Amino acid sequence: MNEDKIINALLELSEMAAVSGGEEAAVAAAARYLKTYVSDIKRDCFGNLLAFKPGENATGRPALTIALVAHADEIGAMVTKIEPGGFLRFTPIGGLDPRTLPGQPVTVHGKKKFPGVIGAAPPHLLTKKERGETTPMEKLFIDIGMDQEQAADKVKVGDIISLEQHPVALKNGKMMTGKSLDNRAGIAVLIACAAGLSRLYHSVDVVFIASLQEEVGLRGAITAAYGLNPDLAVAIDVTHGDAPELEEGRFFKLGKGPVVAKGPNLHPALVDRLEKTAGKYFLPVQREPIPDHSGTDAWAFQVAREGIPTALLSIPLRYMHTAVEMINLDDLFNCVKVLGYFIGGLNRTFLEDMKKC
Amino acid sequence: MLSELADIQGVSGDEAKVRRFISEKLAGRGIETSVDTMGNFIARKNRGKLATPPMLSAHMDEVGLMITSIRQGGLLNFQTVGGIDSRVLVAKRVKIGREGLRGVIGAKPIHLQKKEEQEKPYKQESLYIDAGFNSREEAEKYISTGDYAVFDVSCIKMGNGFYRGKAFDDRAGCLVLLELLLENSDLCFNAAFTVQEEVGTRGAMVTAYTLQPQKALVVEATASADTPETEKEMSSTILGKGPAISLMDKTILVDRKMRDELADCAVRAGIPFQFRRFTGAGTEGGAIAYSREGVKTAVIAVPCRYIHSPHCVLKESDLQATVSLARAWLENNQ
Repeated sequence: MNEDKIINALLELSEMAAVSGGEEAAVAAAARYLKTYVSDIKRDCFGNLLAFKPGENATGRPALTIALVAHADEIGAMVTKIEPGGFLRFTPIGGLDPRTLPGQPVTVHGKKKFPGVIGAAPPHLLTKKERGETTPMEKLFIDIGMDQEQAADKVKVGDIISLEQHPVALKNGKMMTGKSLDNRAGIAVLIACAAGLSRLYHSVDVVFIASLQEEVGLRGAITAAYGLNPDLAVAIDVTHGDAPELEEGRFFKLGKGPVVAKGPNLHPALVDRLEKTAGKYFLPVQREPIPDHSGTDAWAFQVAREGIPTALLSIPLRYMHTAVEMINLDDLFNCVKVLGYFIGGLNRTFLEDMKKC
Repeated sequence: MLSELADIQGVSGDEAKVRRFISEKLAGRGIETSVDTMGNFIARKNRGKLATPPMLSAHMDEVGLMITSIRQGGLLNFQTVGGIDSRVLVAKRVKIGREGLRGVIGAKPIHLQKKEEQEKPYKQESLYIDAGFNSREEAEKYISTGDYAVFDVSCIKMGNGFYRGKAFDDRAGCLVLLELLLENSDLCFNAAFTVQEEVGTRGAMVTAYTLQPQKALVVEATASADTPETEKEMSSTILGKGPAISLMDKTILVDRKMRDELADCAVRAGIPFQFRRFTGAGTEGGAIAYSREGVKTAVIAVPCRYIHSPHCVLKESDLQATVSLARAWLENNQ
């Protein structure tokens, strides 16, 4: 899979709607891309997608299994009420910032997909006081161009709402912007990694997992980790990219490589091996100190069953949880390379050595 | 045609693309056209039939942004051109310059915000456009200060007979004028497609002087707040109730006779209409009314939700009724 194909896959994945609890589109697309490179694909009871790529193992001993997990879901909202006039009220699914919403186009997933927009008061009619306040989520509404009767026929309370955004590459060719790059970028890494590993010797069994409901509390990762019980796991997600309004140390430069997390959530031997692998192959990586909860699937994997040594590799991303998220594609490609060489270099001895330290 | 018109980039002072579109639509139709030094586009239908033809006016420009400086790291500072509530800028995508390079206005991730930050909107000065450049030098290859930016939005049909898109203020008015120019009729009138309305109705001052009309009708898009969170009596206009006839705005007290004439025209032709129940905000009405020794001037407008935001919403039936009302008024003034 060359870089253009990876970019096209990511464009397709970013455009589709897969809000937590309604991830089918993204999971189906992930399965379609992965199936060329894996021996088996299954869905667990919860709905997580698992794609199996066995290693070449002539030792006769059971192979080591490593899980690469990326969440398929994205933030969005849910219809709570149909107002007189046909306007929809909504409640967020995942961390949605009300300050980013006025004037935001959305798709309402009712009987069909209906385009809509989150209303914004015209400046002509605003008072100075109103301009100085954030409009809270419960006062925002969606206009789908229908009266109450039509809206009630086409849309039900509980229907899912996704942000609408067509992803694009920016002028310098390295940057991409769109919605839900958190975490379709991670899904694209899984796909590219599966493709890459089909041309690279690896003795360990690799399982690619597209997990559900991460944005509402790592739900899918809990059942996937239990069900698979891998020897090792690496979560692939996004972390905060550089922006002038952020505090020093809370963000990572776009284009300076994927980010290896370090802290109680992450197994030190895995962190060390990832960083050393990057160093050995002259691949750029950055390091993110995380003193407690990483807020990613790694948190759920670490404490599954008897415990799973887990690492976290992130792609720096600007303006997280908005319709204008931005990444540098080089970080994505380097993430794939680091993972590929890391997996290529793993064998059972690694696990045994790890237990010693 | 509304979609095509609305999607064109044309912030005040940069209306060339809109002018070109209108000019191409009118080419070969036997309509006399001209462009003045400011960039206003004037079309005279059936010239010579009347000594002083009535004037229709709609503005080509839209609100937008201008790049004012480039930061060391390649981010772009901007100011608004025309009235935009900075709260609608956050987390939106824009097209910059003649080439329409993509950029985004970002937002601090919700994960890293403090509670008190969440309650206060962003100040416009703290916002910037990120077009993905890594340095000022890289950005300067493609972008200059003074470049314009517009919302990166495509107009679509939505729901039951509605349109969603940018710049309906006043491409809706441009569409009304274009339809009346293009239809097969012997109506005689002058149509002015003006520039720089959003920065102080500059273009209309010049066109009104040039055309010297006795009567003029401004065709606008006007704010509607027929939406939740607004008291019904504060809605100003309601979508689906037809064009809004102004009584007054910040620039003009509409001539009573003309106002009544418009209402009569509507009643006689069975065209739905409403009065604009708001007296603030300005239009070209004033610029035309006080031109030379004075011009009898009125304003009608297509009601439009979320005006001056990335996505406005209007109803197709209102647009058609506005065409009908403007036509009926022209017929009354032949």
